[in-house]
Amino acid sequence: MDLDALAGCLSSSACLVTQTTSGLIIGMLLFLVAVGLTLIFGVLKVVNFSHGAFYMFGAYFAMTAYQLTGSFALAMFAGAAGTAVLGLIFERVFMSRVYGADVLMQLLVCYAFVLIFDDVVRIIWGPEFKSMGMPAAFQVMPLFIAGGVVPPYYLLLIGVALVAAIVLGIGLSRSRIGKVIRAAAHNPGMVSALGINTGLIYGGVFALGGMLAGLAGALAAPVRSLTPGMGFSVLIESFIVTVIGGMGSILGALIGALLLGLIRSFGSLGFPLFTEGLMYLFMVIVLVSKPTGLFGKEAA
Amino acid sequence: MTELEAGRAETLVPVRSGAALQRYRDVLIALVAFAVLASLPLFTGSKALLDFLIRCSAYGLFATSLNLLVGYTGLTSFGHGMFFGLGAYSFGLIMQKLGVPIPVAFVATLAITAVIAAIIGAICVRLKEIYFAFVTLAFQMLIHSTILSWASFTGGDQGLRGGIPRPVFLGINLANHVHLYIASCALLILGLLAMRQIAQSPFGYTLRMIRDNAARASFLGIDVWRAKLTVFVLAALFASMGGMVMALFVSGAYPEFAYWTISGEGIFINMLGGVSTFLGPMVGTVLLLLLNDTVTRFTEYHGIVLGVVILFFALGLRKGLLDFVADWFAHRRETGEGR
Repeated sequence: MDLDALAGCLSSSACLVTQTTSGLIIGMLLFLVAVGLTLIFGVLKVVNFSHGAFYMFGAYFAMTAYQLTGSFALAMFAGAAGTAVLGLIFERVFMSRVYGADVLMQLLVCYAFVLIFDDVVRIIWGPEFKSMGMPAAFQVMPLFIAGGVVPPYYLLLIGVALVAAIVLGIGLSRSRIGKVIRAAAHNPGMVSALGINTGLIYGGVFALGGMLAGLAGALAAPVRSLTPGMGFSVLIESFIVTVIGGMGSILGALIGALLLGLIRSFGSLGFPLFTEGLMYLFMVIVLVSKPTGLFGKEAA
Repeated sequence: MTELEAGRAETLVPVRSGAALQRYRDVLIALVAFAVLASLPLFTGSKALLDFLIRCSAYGLFATSLNLLVGYTGLTSFGHGMFFGLGAYSFGLIMQKLGVPIPVAFVATLAITAVIAAIIGAICVRLKEIYFAFVTLAFQMLIHSTILSWASFTGGDQGLRGGIPRPVFLGINLANHVHLYIASCALLILGLLAMRQIAQSPFGYTLRMIRDNAARASFLGIDVWRAKLTVFVLAALFASMGGMVMALFVSGAYPEFAYWTISGEGIFINMLGGVSTFLGPMVGTVLLLLLNDTVTRFTEYHGIVLGVVILFFALGLRKGLLDFVADWFAHRRETGEGR
């Protein structure tokens, strides 16, 4: 425990800005992964245990596309689009077979794919740590805000995640497709009876969730190292986010992710060895006081 | 308190008239199984086989205890592995720091596990389904992080090193490989027998009723929370026993024992073997360990092979192996009688 370091940081504006931005980017990346998880759970009622694999594939797709084309925009596109296709295939071919089955059976199918996907990455890209490197466009002087260092790439990352959050939020509540998705989440039998292809909606939602995780992976590729199994810690953390925020709630995922990101960045100062423990402790406290999460709806 | 519930449950659930007979049969099967296992070293000198069976004992105790929660009570715990790790660590620490005889450390570890499981269980079992799963997972990771960060006491990420002392007790020398093997088998058989008694007791039937219809059980006057907490603590004790066998086997304890993957493997073993039969998890344990051992020998990409096997079970059979066999037999008997 190092409470002096934490107190020292809280009293210095430079440290405060640096830690807050690093907390925000952790939170924003987590949000992109967690919102897909929460969306898939909300509509399909499936806990996608293999969601971390989409994050991993997003990062690897982006790295390969960047190495081939040298374009950062194309790399982001490859990460998002590649995982969207992967998500669609995964849902249609495998997950759709276990909808009626036991929750454990669904988890088992996902667990199988966690194992398979990790090895697929190991075969294609090799087991060693990889790095995509920061694109040239962002290799500029960092900004100094109140004495704190903020790399411009962090601002882009936060911006993209925020845009995704707003588009998702408005799209789901206002657009026709959003309404159909919410209706399908509520009563799939009725939606299907009204002549809407629910299978397509399920596939689409899964693809969207996969795409968001892939985008997160692509965005993280320049700042994190790539390794098979990298999706796992992200998966566990985004589970915590969805559980804290309330399963199925987009706003909850955003708030939960930001809280967790800040806990991580400030916790690493005060409790360097117990940072992970802090997150789990926070989750326990939230769940014990409000079992459905901060923004979860009471079960009917 | 269980007697009270048992008394009530007995009037609710018709316990088969041959209950006593079945108990004798179970004890007989256990004795025969132990005799076969214990005489194995007389026929084979294979250290690898005995090692394999010791690991089966550790995982088997753990997986079967998880089945008490998952299969019998419908409590899907994602954090059951915490008690496996807890058993290994507290047994190892007591032996290293206090140097007491092994049975004393054994009982003390069970007592510690019971207290901690009661506290964690009291918080967890109020929650439903997926939330129960996640809170148990969170507690598991909390214990794992504590083990990692409390390095001066637990050895941190290096684990409990330096070996666990294994003093001779009543002529039993657990440093001797055959002695350790026989002790593990004895613990496994005793543990399985005890869990079988729990599952077949009126309390066991109360648990099945809670799984099938908790609201109804509650209307009938059963304190559901109390029954769930009781089985949570009982299951934790057997998981802790599994952890102790593991700690004795590797002569140490490692943070991986408390990591969530142990819980994941436990769930996987249960699904592999089947949750609707008592011995399903035991079959699953042997299958998974065999699979792990053979696959790692042939390829470095054992994830793919394991994944495909899991998919075969999940999408092909749609149930555990022993469940599948049991259903197949039942089906055959039915059609046979119909002819």
